[in-house]
Amino acid sequence: MRPVYVAGFAELPHLLQDNLLDEPEMVQRVTAAALADAGLGRDDVGFTCSGSNDYVMGRPFSFATALDGLGAWPPIRESHVEMDGAWALYEAWVRLQHGDVDVALAYGFGKSSLGSVEAVRTLELDPYSLAPLGIGPLPLAALQARALLDAGLATEADFAAVVERSRRDGNRNHTAPMTEAMSAAHALTLPYISSPLRGHDGPVRTDGAAAIVLSTEPVGPRIAGISHCIDAHQPGFRDLTVSRSIATAAAAAGGTSGVDVVELHVEYSSQEGIVLRALGLDSSVSVSPSGGALVANTPMVAGLCRIGHAANAVRGGAKRALAHATSGPLLQHNLICILEPA
Amino acid sequence: MSDDPVTRFKAPVRLDYTVTAGSVTADFLREILKGRLVGRRCPDCRCVYLPPRSACPTCGVITTEQIEVGPNGTVTTFSVIRFPFEGQVLEPPYACAHVLVDGTDTPLLHIVGNCDVDDMRMGMRVRAVWAEELKPTLASVRYFEPNGEPDVTYDSFSGHV
Ligand SMILES: [Zn+2]
Repeated sequence: MRPVYVAGFAELPHLLQDNLLDEPEMVQRVTAAALADAGLGRDDVGFTCSGSNDYVMGRPFSFATALDGLGAWPPIRESHVEMDGAWALYEAWVRLQHGDVDVALAYGFGKSSLGSVEAVRTLELDPYSLAPLGIGPLPLAALQARALLDAGLATEADFAAVVERSRRDGNRNHTAPMTEAMSAAHALTLPYISSPLRGHDGPVRTDGAAAIVLSTEPVGPRIAGISHCIDAHQPGFRDLTVSRSIATAAAAAGGTSGVDVVELHVEYSSQEGIVLRALGLDSSVSVSPSGGALVANTPMVAGLCRIGHAANAVRGGAKRALAHATSGPLLQHNLICILEPA
Repeated sequence: MSDDPVTRFKAPVRLDYTVTAGSVTADFLREILKGRLVGRRCPDCRCVYLPPRSACPTCGVITTEQIEVGPNGTVTTFSVIRFPFEGQVLEPPYACAHVLVDGTDTPLLHIVGNCDVDDMRMGMRVRAVWAEELKPTLASVRYFEPNGEPDVTYDSFSGHV
């Protein structure tokens, strides 16, 4: 494989509601910042790929509108995935393997505030058997959490501990929204909203954008391995307490031996243990030091941010950082990207 | 129990949104309430966009300057609408047209009124006619109408067609 490096990363502040920036302005600001971080210009980019979702943005071809922010005229080599920007980065990485392009730009953007991410996710379920039931992501996550409790793989105190740590770390991350500090002990006294999950076990949904510049020059953390893998769409067809796709993707990305930092795309506190077990890791590694996707959950962006923050961890001295991105119901589709010093 | 095959079932799909315009479009709509057309200029190529764009698609930079344009303009191209449909502002036949508003570089899609459709011409000079009650929408310009100035040559707007 052709070595590929993370040359630059930027994210806009994840806001509860961004009424000021439209899509082109979000994309312009975040891609310009990532290119500045890489010390590169627009003209250096040989391939661009974006991740976004029209059902989240509430308008058709929002990704095409957003291209204004790139200066895509005369036409540039550009592609799009209707997925989290982490998969846009994967396509950019594949594109760099072709050998004729040396710098690629991947970005994602999304706004939770325009509509209901829960409603969109509900409609993403099987249209015959599940979507008509109106079971949203929270009740599904609660089902999964219950399965974990019943299997003796977790306790509600474990979920609460994830919330406490995520909020503490998130409040130190200037791009994440401020959240009320919450001790695990206090979290456990609050009411259920979908038993056994409480309100704070779910994500703080935000608006924002992120961009990563990849280069074949060793100017930043090296992508030691990247792979993605998918489980059955129908939650009833899998054991919800484990994730085979995460384990498979991690093995294909080179394995987790020596990993000292992980950035996990966990939308519900109950899912963190599933991801760590699938990776063969425990909380002795640094888990989501950015605060993770629980406290800054921008749709189509949160996964790409995990890769950016893992790269930042390597820049800050980590020896082997693992980023995880997820898509689909209950950790259905998972991407693993492992970063090491150049 | 029937053995008839299931051939259809109803699964209504509905998503609701509260779309925000963003500050650039919001500024534009606020100026409409004052009866003014305002475009945005790219600081690099100096191109003026109407309706305004937050970023220049050619240069990939934020458009920073807001400038008042119009109210006159030039029809760069048009099509005559001869059939009725729901929501029409004018009685058919009438023309929809690309109007290159004076001071801008991008034609605005709008309609032309007070003009016999057989008199529609590329290069025709027109002016904006405002609705009596202004609302934050481009429909506050009811239509463009001939302003009596002589036609301009195709060469004078061929870069904006
Ligand atoms: Zn320009």
